[in-house]
Amino acid sequence: MAWRNLFRRGEGKAPDEPGILDRLKAGLQKTRTMLTDGLDNVLRGHRQIEESLFEELEELLIQADVGMKTTLELVDWLREECRQQKMTDPQGVKPLLAQRMKEILGSCSAPLAEGPDQPTVYLVVGVNGTGKTTTVGKLAARCQRRGQKVLLGAADTFRAAAIEQLETWAARSGAEIVKHQAGADPAAVAHDAAQAAKARGVHTLIIDTAGRLHTKSNLMAELEKIEKVLARSLGRRPDEVLLVVDATTGQNAISQAKMFKGAVEPTGVVLTKLDGTAKGGIVLAIAAEVGLPVKLIGVGEGIDDLRDFHPELFVEAILAEGS
Amino acid sequence: MIFGNLSEKLQDVFARLRGRGKLTEKDVDAALREVRLALLEADVNFRVVKDFIGRVKSRAMGQEVLGSLTPGHQVIKIVNDELTQLLGGKAIPLTMASTPPTKIMLVGLQGSGKTTTAAKLAAMLGKRGRRPLLVAADVYRPAAIKQLQVLGETVGIPVFNMGQGQSPVNICKAAVEHGRSHNNDVIIFDTAGRLHVDDELMEELGEIKEAVEPHEILLVVDAMTGQDAVNVAASFDERLDLGGVVLTKLDGDARGGAALSIAAVTGKPIKFAAMGEKLTDLEVFHPDRMASRILGMGDVLSLIEKAEEVMDQEKVKALGQKLAAAQFTFEDFLEQLNQVRQMGPLDQIIGMIPGLAGAKQLQGLQVDESQLRKVEAIINSMTPQERRNPSLLNGSRRKRIARGSGTTVQDVNRLVKQFNQTRELMKKLGTFDKGKRRMSKGFLSFFQ
Ligand SMILES: Nc1nc2c(ncn2[C@@H]2O[C@H](COP(=O)(O)OP(=O)(O)OP(=O)(O)O)[C@@H](O)[C@H]2O)c(=O)[nH]1
Ligand SMILES: [Mg+2]
Repeated sequence: MAWRNLFRRGEGKAPDEPGILDRLKAGLQKTRTMLTDGLDNVLRGHRQIEESLFEELEELLIQADVGMKTTLELVDWLREECRQQKMTDPQGVKPLLAQRMKEILGSCSAPLAEGPDQPTVYLVVGVNGTGKTTTVGKLAARCQRRGQKVLLGAADTFRAAAIEQLETWAARSGAEIVKHQAGADPAAVAHDAAQAAKARGVHTLIIDTAGRLHTKSNLMAELEKIEKVLARSLGRRPDEVLLVVDATTGQNAISQAKMFKGAVEPTGVVLTKLDGTAKGGIVLAIAAEVGLPVKLIGVGEGIDDLRDFHPELFVEAILAEGS
Repeated sequence: MIFGNLSEKLQDVFARLRGRGKLTEKDVDAALREVRLALLEADVNFRVVKDFIGRVKSRAMGQEVLGSLTPGHQVIKIVNDELTQLLGGKAIPLTMASTPPTKIMLVGLQGSGKTTTAAKLAAMLGKRGRRPLLVAADVYRPAAIKQLQVLGETVGIPVFNMGQGQSPVNICKAAVEHGRSHNNDVIIFDTAGRLHVDDELMEELGEIKEAVEPHEILLVVDAMTGQDAVNVAASFDERLDLGGVVLTKLDGDARGGAALSIAAVTGKPIKFAAMGEKLTDLEVFHPDRMASRILGMGDVLSLIEKAEEVMDQEKVKALGQKLAAAQFTFEDFLEQLNQVRQMGPLDQIIGMIPGLAGAKQLQGLQVDESQLRKVEAIINSMTPQERRNPSLLNGSRRKRIARGSGTTVQDVNRLVKQFNQTRELMKKLGTFDKGKRRMSKGFLSFFQ
């Protein structure tokens, strides 16, 4: 899909896989048109702006995981706007919709913060398997490349071999690491890492935490404690608390964002695995309903596969051809 | 939860039509719109939803519904039937080889939970008297091999590995030899996570399949997956001809609509559900329970089962009588909290109650150990009169109790609030429709 083409460096287009699509079509034959066609095709299918066009738009957005609530809000807004502007040409819909989506994403957007005081501190949180540790590694590499000295805090002391995994990323990126033993108190790791960061004069401290489901109150309390201890050692809040969200996630990501917000007030989202076919439209809902901006995106497993988030590119990708 | 209790909603839609004699196509459409929303909110793929609604509609328009005195019930029943049917009807067991070893291959996207599932599955089979071998075939993710080794050690299952230097195909081949010579009757291959559009890595899975000829290939899928689940499942199935699916991270609040999408697109059964990070948290999948969870109707059956496992029948009866007579006290509250705690994490339990999953006012009910100790301290600082008659608890009494229990007045207020909420909860549970009461002799008699 579009993201792959936008971000895969030095590689050709994503391979076509007619077999799979055919199979999918066959499996769902009874359903009406295939709506993986993207906005352009939807618009081309109508000679004038009519109700069925809005319905197809709805389906396009739902298919991108934008979610029912945000989709309905968007389409209602669009319907009203078209009416007020007395618009009849379907082609007029595209810029309107894109603009509105960018507004939603842009209204709370801000670049990755850097601390006024050194070290700049990032705390990385999220549910299991979303890509936290990999993101920490990529981010460390990016900072190192910019000539900044980076220290990693291995505060996932829970998952088997999580510390070893982060050590590999430290080695790959050239960052230093502070770790305790498996099973140790993660807040103590965060504290030690903060002290070490100050003592060693590093530019950036990045803390990896264990994946946790947002519904587990004891694990969320643990995370709150990590943040509290970290803030106490620093004398201020971390510069960013980054919630890592897997682009493949559906509506549950809203619940994740809300519950993490209730615990540690994330300052932004990292949207990972955009190199797949998932569109990650859930971040629109997260921006609209929870007010959390996207700061970074992950586009692969490699050390360089981290990008800044650009609302324009993202909106284009969501409205483009499907997978 | 946006669509709260779908069953209630549907009842409402049809209740308005009572006494009007006949249902029209429009009435059925109105109800199915609710179902459609619930399914979409649960992340069922929208094409699957359309197809599904079409099928339900054609059945709902038949005589069995329109002629019925309780059309609402009938539609819910059809929706549930069709969902359960699509999810595979009944639980389907693992395919085991007639001549061991049985070879099971786990595949899936990155971060879906393959490694943990491999260890859980091995532990489960070990408990059933098998002698599993785990194979560390993820040579890509840093420390993936180490992770499987640690988990293997925890559950007491041997782990075969050749480090990161060998190709996964060679590792798997060698593992089969190793397993044969070590008398292992089940071999479980943990493969690296990969994108379904990564041709090279998908090809690699094909090669592993050819080399070891597994009896079972299971796709491991995160229950929180969105609309893309169909693409993922169709791709893996196309390349590998899956034997089934494992749904993970179901211990959260995900509705798990991906399960339905995958079932619809691949026609492959979901065999297991992973419900937690503990290595015993793997269960055989129950399509009927998943069906009502997807619709937001709660998982009543699991709830009842859990309750029956831990509740003392005699006490339950006594408590039920007290409830009926509105004599439920703080003493009972404490007792009951302890019992509920034995059923598992309270957030999970609440997720199973129809209409309560995600209910805001109940989030305060999440208890952890330290909170529970606080609760105990507070109740112990009450006088027996206060415990039996909570309405006595005015401001000055609450202050005294806070001082006595080393807590704050807010803590006491919160507890009193929870107490009242629990009473509400009882009321809610007590108003299940009559048909469901019959399903349980034990737990629901509590509320009668
Ligand atoms: N394709 C792709 N894979 C990714 C991306 N980011 C992470 N991954 C992969 O996702 C898997 C999980 O990543 P981790 O970084 O271990 O995730 P985590 O959130 O730290 O996991 P836990 O600590 O176990 O909760 C690994 O196989 C990563 O290589 C991405 O942007 N694209
Ligand atoms: Mg990690």
